[in-house]
Amino acid sequence: MLRLSREFHDAIVAHARQDHPDEACGVIAGPYGSDEPTRFIPMLNAARSPTFYEFDSADLLALYKEMDANDEEPVVIYHSHTATEAYPSRTDISYASEPNAHYVLVSTREEQSTEFRSFRIVDGLVTEEPVEVV
Amino acid sequence: MAIDVKIPTILRTYTGGAKSVEANGATLSALIDDLDANFEGLKGRLITDDGSLHRFVNIYVNDEDVRFLGSLDTQLADGDAVTILPAVAGGSR
Repeated sequence: MLRLSREFHDAIVAHARQDHPDEACGVIAGPYGSDEPTRFIPMLNAARSPTFYEFDSADLLALYKEMDANDEEPVVIYHSHTATEAYPSRTDISYASEPNAHYVLVSTREEQSTEFRSFRIVDGLVTEEPVEVV
Repeated sequence: MAIDVKIPTILRTYTGGAKSVEANGATLSALIDDLDANFEGLKGRLITDDGSLHRFVNIYVNDEDVRFLGSLDTQLADGDAVTILPAVAGGSR
């Protein structure tokens, strides 16, 4: 199960809405091993695409150095789908390589409502999990 | 010649949990062979069957992405620092 604050939930949705129709992406870091998302870090989608996202390579290195220095890890890795459902695509699954992360997907395909779902993706296996907003 | 190599979480199963290891090699390609000799299977996670760098990983030498340095032919020297990170990417297709 993913537990996250209303503030972080709303920040992810706002980021996804802001970048629509391109995909938005980012991380919520937290203390290593805590499974607790504590630091919201919106990232630039270097692909600037409605169907693909990627962290810029230099941004990625800076992010991991910072997390390493703070003894943090990516607790949540989020991105948006802007025309399809909030479910990991084949591409998402093939790239997923943080076994401890909650992969959050949001869909902005409907203007009035935003789908918000969370998954574990380990060794190519997708497991949806409940999201508790506290 | 010793080069410090930072290993991402997903590949620490190969290094017995170690976050960083030491390896040797005059080029990135040689370094990866040396890593694979000590941590069998690691090479297959970094290099594709046709011998190019896997798109799912980013490798940096002294904070420069090797894609801008010469990829697997990137020259290495004693004291260099190599960082391996999983690419964070995906999409709706």
